[in-house]
Amino acid sequence: MTSQKDLLTVTSAPHVQSADSIPNAMRDVLMALAPALLAALYFFRLPALLVVLTCMVSAWLAELACLKVMKKEPTGEWSAVITGLLLAFCLPPALPLWMAALGSVFAIVIAKHLFGGLGHNVFNPSLIGRAFLLASFPVAMTSWSTPLDGVSTATPLGIMKEATGQALPSLDQLFFGSVSGSIGETSTLALLLGGAYLLYRKHIDWRIPGTFLGTVFILTSAVAAVKGLGIWYPFFNLCAGGLILGAFFMATDWVTSPVTKRGRILFGIGCGLLVVLIRLKGGYPEGVAYSILLMNMVTPLLDRYTKAPVFGRVQSHA
Amino acid sequence: MKKATFKGGIHPAGHKELTSGLQTIAARVPDLVYIPLSQHIGAPCAPLVVVGDLVKKGQTIGMGKGFVSSPVHASVSGKVIGIDVREHPGGSFVPCITIENDRQEEWAETVQPAGDPATLDPEQIRKIILEAGIVGLGGATFPSHVKYAPVEGKKVETVILNGIECEPFLTADHRLMLERSQRIVAGLLYIMRSVGCGRGVIAIEDNKMDAVAALQQAAASASNVSVVVLKEKYPQGSEKQLIYACTGKQVPVGGLPLAVGVIVNNVGTAAAVADAVEHGIPLIERYVTVSGDGVRNPANYLVRIGTLFSELIEQSGGCHEGVEKIIAGGPMMGKTVFSDRLPVVKGTSGIVVLLGASCAPGREFACVRCAKCIDACPAFLEPTSLVKMAKRSAWEQAEASDVMSCIECSSCVYACPAKIPLIQYIRRAKQAVLAAKAKSKG
Repeated sequence: MTSQKDLLTVTSAPHVQSADSIPNAMRDVLMALAPALLAALYFFRLPALLVVLTCMVSAWLAELACLKVMKKEPTGEWSAVITGLLLAFCLPPALPLWMAALGSVFAIVIAKHLFGGLGHNVFNPSLIGRAFLLASFPVAMTSWSTPLDGVSTATPLGIMKEATGQALPSLDQLFFGSVSGSIGETSTLALLLGGAYLLYRKHIDWRIPGTFLGTVFILTSAVAAVKGLGIWYPFFNLCAGGLILGAFFMATDWVTSPVTKRGRILFGIGCGLLVVLIRLKGGYPEGVAYSILLMNMVTPLLDRYTKAPVFGRVQSHA
Repeated sequence: MKKATFKGGIHPAGHKELTSGLQTIAARVPDLVYIPLSQHIGAPCAPLVVVGDLVKKGQTIGMGKGFVSSPVHASVSGKVIGIDVREHPGGSFVPCITIENDRQEEWAETVQPAGDPATLDPEQIRKIILEAGIVGLGGATFPSHVKYAPVEGKKVETVILNGIECEPFLTADHRLMLERSQRIVAGLLYIMRSVGCGRGVIAIEDNKMDAVAALQQAAASASNVSVVVLKEKYPQGSEKQLIYACTGKQVPVGGLPLAVGVIVNNVGTAAAVADAVEHGIPLIERYVTVSGDGVRNPANYLVRIGTLFSELIEQSGGCHEGVEKIIAGGPMMGKTVFSDRLPVVKGTSGIVVLLGASCAPGREFACVRCAKCIDACPAFLEPTSLVKMAKRSAWEQAEASDVMSCIECSSCVYACPAKIPLIQYIRRAKQAVLAAKAKSKG
């Protein structure tokens, strides 16, 4: 009884899907990073551009090499390039390029592909790349330069921690980004623009940056109250260092952060606690990278113990 | 006012504007109708006629054994010219009665009111509903008389009529609510009487405010019937999600709506009940939307059961070049058919014709744990976790994670940017859990 023309395609439902895709999401993340990249190029000029390009290209080549060795198809998405860009964002502008390349390769090969590739890594690859470089080249990784003229200096958090006697930058400077620091972390304004775009596009959940930043703000406000510092202190802590970059672009990494809503809240709070602890009591002036990496480690645990009750389970014993 | 809804869900493009403003057309009655002997959940019917018999419109031609079954009726008058196994839009092959239409449109003698509708008792109403072959017209096709049968120790507090129609493209229920609002309210009142319940609710999404107005007007004199407006979201029409939105109650895992004192019916079912109770007319026609980007003139039809999809598509101007899929039902939960020469059955709410371009699945990637499937799941499951369990055949773990609570709405697949066919893994897990249960029972 079937008509003579070709049989129709038979598949199981659903027969429509959203326009969301991994390549689109990665493109959106790149777009969200664009304002911070422009700010970085403005403040840190050619050295920053070279580090950024080195990281992106070497991450991409490392990705291709890994896929080739593992006989996997090229994925056609930009996550490796994003890993490279995000790593560059956490490096000093004047870092020797071979170190930047080495960090990128480490991030892609060790932190990503040895764990199973896209979607399987436990730790944020960019942050592993940064941690690896900081452990291997502590001097080069902490040699900072002033924006625009590239004179050697300390970061705002470094000035505060070491009490070097240098004047702290103003909140205005921190907000717009004309301070020393890693390539992509200095301009709070540019990073917030990108973060807002990711929130608007629903690629990230407000819970992680919200609780992360909120925790840091509340704790540093308490410290300010105890020590008799002004309201500038918590704001200084929000804008200085890599906190905004970390809260919107690193802690929100899909693969390495919890999938449950309650898990994300705890994850953000944990990141915030660790940042304040490291900044105030730790050996480093800055602790965003390590706090996120440490929380990456407990992500599976958070996911496990924060599952939402299944529909109909809440009242099943009522 | 904040409109009630459920948590989770998705917002697929509705495409309802293609047909929502179009008056329902009585579809051309075909020369041949094909009446499958199984158009419901439950035991299939045995034929009551043989090849060569003359039948009248509304005559019972198939009757099932057992409580959970529903008879089928001739949708035209004419001659039985075949009883053979044919493909059913549900995907199976079932025995099917072919009737050659004699164009006399002569009603069977049995088609008459069973009595004064005002004096019928609940049992009589259920008997009429059984004999009229009425099943859930939302697509599940569960026999209605079974649903209305009293259950020891359970009281029905609310009858909810489902006028949500959250599947993209479909507007048959929308048109029915506009064009037969009085019948729907009348049917609701009969259903309420048959289950001994004092409260009726008609639930409609806020994208159909004209239907809300029509039903409010129709129900103006029925003080125990109210119209509830819910937020447009898929799968708002899913039974448990609908009950939650209307009453704030969650049907317990593994439980029936009756566990929270509710019975849910499609609006079309209610209209069919009114026709059966007041006129003795069995279920031989239904509203069907023919839409999709692959059909030239999308439309809503009043269709005799047993009309081939191809006849309706032809009346809609035929298909555009490059048709990839024809779906019985909506694109989220409907089933694709391999040919358009399948009959409309009681559960056919729509025929959606899609071109190749709109069916192209995106490239599949590894799960990146974005959790969009979890946010979309109206059953509050973790689809991606269930998929991982299914991939390593961890059926017990899947069962412990309530995989059986999946309503197969496919919201997770719609939302997934990695284009992972999550629902197929989940269905596999559900089958394995059911198989293990059946095995352990012996």
